[in-house]
Amino acid sequence: MWSSRARYVLNRLIHGLPIIFAIVIANFFLIRLAPGDAAQVLAGEAGAASEEYMRQIRQQFGLDQPLYIQFISYMKNILMFDMGYSFRHGREVSSLIFERVGATALLMFASMVISVGVGVLLGALAAIKDRTILSNVIVIFSIVSYATPLFWVGLMLIIVFSIHLGWFPTSGIATVGSTMTGWQYALDIAHHLVLPAVTLSFFYMALYTRLMRASMLETLGLDFIKTARAKGLSDRKIVSRHALRNAILPVLTMAGVQVSSMLGGSVIIESVFGWPGLGLLAFESLFARDLNLLLGIFFLSSILVVVTNAIVDVVYTIVDPRIELKGKLAHG
Amino acid sequence: MMNSTNLLTIEGLSTEFRSSHKQWFPVVNRIDLQVTVGETLAVVGESGCGKSMLAHSILRLLPRRIARNAGGRVLLEGRDLLALSEDEMRGVRGKDISMIFQEPMTSLNPLMTVGQQIAESILEHEHCSVQVAARRTLDLMELVGIPEPRARFHQYPHHLSGGMRQRIVIAIALACRPKVLIADEPTTALDVTIQAQVLELIDKLKRELGMGVILITHDLGVVAEWAQRIMVMYAGRKVEEADAETFFTSPRHPYSRALLASVPRPNDVMNGVVKPLAEITGTVPPLDRLGGGCAFADRCTMGTDACRSNSPAFRLLTPSSGVACIHAGN
Ligand SMILES: Nc1ncnc2c1ncn2[C@@H]1O[C@H](COP(=O)(O)OP(=O)(O)OP(=O)(O)O)[C@@H](O)[C@H]1O
Ligand code: SF4
Ligand SMILES: [Mg+2]
Repeated sequence: MWSSRARYVLNRLIHGLPIIFAIVIANFFLIRLAPGDAAQVLAGEAGAASEEYMRQIRQQFGLDQPLYIQFISYMKNILMFDMGYSFRHGREVSSLIFERVGATALLMFASMVISVGVGVLLGALAAIKDRTILSNVIVIFSIVSYATPLFWVGLMLIIVFSIHLGWFPTSGIATVGSTMTGWQYALDIAHHLVLPAVTLSFFYMALYTRLMRASMLETLGLDFIKTARAKGLSDRKIVSRHALRNAILPVLTMAGVQVSSMLGGSVIIESVFGWPGLGLLAFESLFARDLNLLLGIFFLSSILVVVTNAIVDVVYTIVDPRIELKGKLAHG
Repeated sequence: MMNSTNLLTIEGLSTEFRSSHKQWFPVVNRIDLQVTVGETLAVVGESGCGKSMLAHSILRLLPRRIARNAGGRVLLEGRDLLALSEDEMRGVRGKDISMIFQEPMTSLNPLMTVGQQIAESILEHEHCSVQVAARRTLDLMELVGIPEPRARFHQYPHHLSGGMRQRIVIAIALACRPKVLIADEPTTALDVTIQAQVLELIDKLKRELGMGVILITHDLGVVAEWAQRIMVMYAGRKVEEADAETFFTSPRHPYSRALLASVPRPNDVMNGVVKPLAEITGTVPPLDRLGGGCAFADRCTMGTDACRSNSPAFRLLTPSSGVACIHAGN
């Protein structure tokens, strides 16, 4: 059982490799389409835009090489997880990124759990209580949340829950200058995590609520629900044992698809909440034209997406026994 | 027709549906029927004539938002099911009266092992341990002819063929040894050899367990082979009832005759006689727009003006058969 599941996961990850490479290649060329290079930015900031100084910088970082040489050396390095040097920060890109990736992964994971969890709950409730006030309230709530921009939600939450009520900190990942350890430290991070995670999950929660409601309504009309009723099961058991699991499947599929879009959303959220993750780093490096760093972030993001997709796939095989078979069939 | 071994007696059962114009119209119209121990009553009629609605009404499975009871009694050994609370009714479903649905492909939960789905029914109605329920599930799987029950127990519906799935559905229905089994077109979706096996199985179990069976079908060949009595429905009403032999030798209602004429006779087929099949012209009228007279009048070859003015009442011709047609039977 587990060995076949492990093989399935491995298989999914291997299938992700070409995607990661395609993304790496595309990123490399896309970024160079933008006008100006790092040398210009650095020179501008240093206030000394002399040709001599720029040439020196270009040479130092290999920016004077032809594009294909830059590309080949980039790919070579990528294979060894060497993502180059950030001239902006004066540090290895990999160390910069690995320092930040945890924060983003935490934010994404929390948002995913909140949006899927709450979405499934609200959607199921709206379907079970179809045509009641509760259901209408949920539907309207989800339409409104769906249409509200992320940054606005973030600002409103900060104003209400941080500034007025003082329940949550306004920004950062942990209390600055504190010496907390162990559980205390974890709790402090969790406390800081609440607002950004809720904000990021808002849109997706609305999406999953709507999806879950539709899927649940459909499931409740299926034949096997009638079989369950004819067994004499109570409505509660029919929902919990038979309807929920079946109705969740489309939500899981969607959640898998949405991982990358959520990563995009985290750029905004991290900026609004000063959450020290990849998004914030990407945002900064974009304006600084810190190419190596930006490419490194993209590279890692694509890995993050592929890995998360694989995780969603595994969850899917646990929920839906039919998938395993399809996987096996695909390998003959 | 009263009988001391009557299991299920239905008197004047009516069910109404809500139309898209929010008007209530009958889909089951003052139906009377009896089912006795060890007997198979076939309910036949064209698509849309209310057979499934009748079955669902007996078990009170129709959603309240679109369907309501409009009178009658459903007596199971004297107890009126329509008077029970929803909780009491749940105790009847799957325990005293079970139902098999038409679609074996979709009537099982794809995410639950078939063994669990059978055991669930036992655990719901009988206070026994999981181990006992599992053992009884294996027995049931053997009873309905599933090879290697132990291995199959942990399989999911998609591992099983249509015929095997329908056997699982039957095992679920029989899990608590019901008194009455309602089989709503149990074999329509299966191929012919499997059909015969499944019907054979139902018949065998009926005799072994002493059940009464209501067999809903539009296959008169199935009726001839497995049913002792027949009830013909048209537009929500009972239009003819008779024991099987009488029905096949001398059908009384014009609709019954038309139905019989549209079936190739086994004897003719075997003797190589090829007769063009008669078709019943026209279709079942929409139930939400029925007028006052006989619902079959537009398609009836014997119809007269009198047929259109008032709806013919069901009258007994013999103690065990009757017809709802003003011109039939004399
Ligand atoms: N979901 C529904 N909504 C509205 N009306 C319905 C619905 N289902 C059935 N009906 C009405 O009930 C009538 C009887 O339908 P029923 O399903 O009992 O027919 P049936 O005899 O079982 O046909 P079949 O042989 O096709 O299963 C239909 O003609 C239709 O008017
Ligand atoms: S009552 Fe009249 S129309 Fe109806 S079946 Fe009898 S003869 Fe035909
Ligand atoms: Mg039907």
